[in-house]
Amino acid sequence: MATSKNNTIKLKFDSARKLAPAPESKSAAKINPKYDLFINGKFEKPSSKKYFDTINPATEEKLAEVADANEADVNKAVQAARNAYEKTWRKISAKDRAKYIYRIARMMQERAREFAVIETLDGGKPIKESRDFDVPAAANHFFYYAGWADKLEYAFPNRRTQPLGVAGQIIPWNFPLLMAAWKIAPALATGNTVVLKPAETTPLTALKLAEIIQEADLPPGVVNIITGAGATGAAIVNHPDINKIAFTGSTDVGKIIQRSIAGTNKKATLELGGKAANIIFDDAPLDQAVEGIINAIFFNQGHVCCAGSRLYVQESVMKQVIQKLKDRIETLIIGDPLDKNTDIGAINSKAQLDTINKYIKIGIQEGADMFESSCALPRKGFFCKPTIFTNVAQSSRIAQEEIFGPVLAIQSFRTDDEVIEKANNTPFGLSAGVWTDKGSKIFNLTTKMRAGVVWANTFNKFDPTSPFGGYKESGYGREGGLHGLGGYLNLIN
Amino acid sequence: MATKSAIKKTAIKFSENGHSNNGVEAKRLEVLKTYKIYIGGQFPRTESGRFYIATNSKNANLANVCLSSRKDFREAVVAARGAFGGWSARAAFNRGQILYRIAEMLEGRKAQFIDELIKQDSTASDAEKEVNLAIDRLIYYSGWCDKFQQLFSSVNPVASSHFNFSAPEPTGVVSVIAPQDTSLLGLVSVIAPIIAGGNTCVVLASASKPLCSVTFAEVLATSDLSGGVVNILTGKIAELAPYFSDHMDVNAIVFCEADKDLKKLIQEKATQNIKRVFQYDKTNWETDEGQSPYFIMDLQEIKTTWHPIENIGGAKAGY
Repeated sequence: MATSKNNTIKLKFDSARKLAPAPESKSAAKINPKYDLFINGKFEKPSSKKYFDTINPATEEKLAEVADANEADVNKAVQAARNAYEKTWRKISAKDRAKYIYRIARMMQERAREFAVIETLDGGKPIKESRDFDVPAAANHFFYYAGWADKLEYAFPNRRTQPLGVAGQIIPWNFPLLMAAWKIAPALATGNTVVLKPAETTPLTALKLAEIIQEADLPPGVVNIITGAGATGAAIVNHPDINKIAFTGSTDVGKIIQRSIAGTNKKATLELGGKAANIIFDDAPLDQAVEGIINAIFFNQGHVCCAGSRLYVQESVMKQVIQKLKDRIETLIIGDPLDKNTDIGAINSKAQLDTINKYIKIGIQEGADMFESSCALPRKGFFCKPTIFTNVAQSSRIAQEEIFGPVLAIQSFRTDDEVIEKANNTPFGLSAGVWTDKGSKIFNLTTKMRAGVVWANTFNKFDPTSPFGGYKESGYGREGGLHGLGGYLNLIN
Repeated sequence: MATKSAIKKTAIKFSENGHSNNGVEAKRLEVLKTYKIYIGGQFPRTESGRFYIATNSKNANLANVCLSSRKDFREAVVAARGAFGGWSARAAFNRGQILYRIAEMLEGRKAQFIDELIKQDSTASDAEKEVNLAIDRLIYYSGWCDKFQQLFSSVNPVASSHFNFSAPEPTGVVSVIAPQDTSLLGLVSVIAPIIAGGNTCVVLASASKPLCSVTFAEVLATSDLSGGVVNILTGKIAELAPYFSDHMDVNAIVFCEADKDLKKLIQEKATQNIKRVFQYDKTNWETDEGQSPYFIMDLQEIKTTWHPIENIGGAKAGY
């Protein structure tokens, strides 16, 4: 400990400790050299005959080849799902539906370590996150929704419920397994069948999930998992026999999807982009708030739609917070995602790294002051230093647009009204954060934030029971909790 | 003046409220009503200066009605956005009282609405039934104002040491194309759940039966409902639907037409800012199917709030 010029206590880091490498063993992960499409309970070769590589973004090494589903493959998967819906899934008892989903949850827990290692290898996220968050949260999601299957009549007062049919689900690369769970679990619990497409850079854990679904002996066709890029997704969205589209991804693609299904009877749930305000008042416990800021923007390399990417600090504590933040950033460990001490892993893909670097340039060009960690980056793989910008204008592109990386735009404010105005001044509305010691101020702020999830004195917390989803251009519909059932049901009088 | 004299004739012919001329005394020259639009609590004419003639099935001219323009719509959205903060922040109980007040005002002007409905081809008994239903529907939603939140909220038992709850909040500014086949009941049935939930709206009234919408605006204006919460335009769907759908400061759109091309147009244009789109084309507003808290919930967002729970001591609430 040492005392700095402005009399705040700060940790002294110049005696930097080096931690010995502590890599998780890859032996737990069994990855096949080649993966086919999971259709009607079997792994089938794609009619496209094409495969693409999925790589480890931390090393740029190829992990496996994955089938590229074309329109014919999508059609096959949708037919399988339709057939399963009509012949088995809508007919079996709700109690049995629940039991199948419970099975999936249990088998995921049994194979948690394998899932965590593969998630980290394929996506670049730190093993401590995939091990302690992604995989358990995904399994818990199945366990939670399993229990709803035979209790739906209690969820919507004075209404009977009816499944929609076949759900087409398209998920992103930031939480590959967790997003698959968020999509599949409520769809199955409500009696729908599924065609799911994982992101092209992170298909492996979804394919592992397909293996579990096979082992769990789910009736063939109830869940179909097909891999591919944008064209595969478009074929799902445009397939005439799909009743429901559930999409998590960028606002731009969300708009294309909404437009594609215009004039049809397809229902949609869209979880889109965000640009969350994280607001620090001068009476907040600042050390905790700084931890909160770090978690808000650097969790999962900032590849989080609800990341706290706009920081608003009350002017009176601005200097102090920035100093603490810089000090804390210097302690973050960036590097091998498999190392158990790593805080920030690899950026998911070359393309995403380019996007992030483009925004960092824009921030500099717009006249903001940049600070980045002085850490060294690994020579191979896609990495980005944790970066913050101060002196950011509200109109600046780094304060307006979603970067989806470890880049934070910081602004100051004086009054409550000013920060409410600034925080809401965005087309997005997914999440927000508020840090203050005063209860009444918390509720003033949390009620005025136009966002679907508001964290007070915490950030980036998730739970299967907790509904998640956006206001405004961050999408519509909720996933998680009781409210997450609604998107997969018709309510009948 | 052909229109106004035509109006006069029909007014005399169908008037049943007792104070029109019965031909015995010297004829009093009736004061004819000018049907205007309702924006921000004011009754302007359309800025475009355009009009169309509302007629009934006997081809009698009923009124010169404003043919609202894109600019009228945009001004109405500004008014609706301006009113949103205040209306959504009002106590739910107070919103309930104001909806009740609207019902009271409508009850007081029942005869006028029945008269207008008869002019627009209703039978006397159907007209009375429609007005009664509209009044009762407002009372129904008045009661929901401070109750639906409890029904559709949840306290979520998260596994970590946090207090977590979810509750509905209004979506924002809603553009509405009201049911076209009724003059009053459809209009009231779509507006009531929207404002009961704390939203503000811009409504395009029935083009073929517009009279009650303007008179209903007069009811709203005398009901303690702040200006801008409800804005009512008259005009043509084909002209205004694109703007109702693609305005960037409108959060949701409700329409009641079954027309497939219109549906596609609205849904496509709505994508520009991820508008929530609701089509109520199969709803029978004359039955209980035309009212439910689920209409309120269509225009609500669920907000989830988290806060940590201190977890440092060993004490448990054991008693």
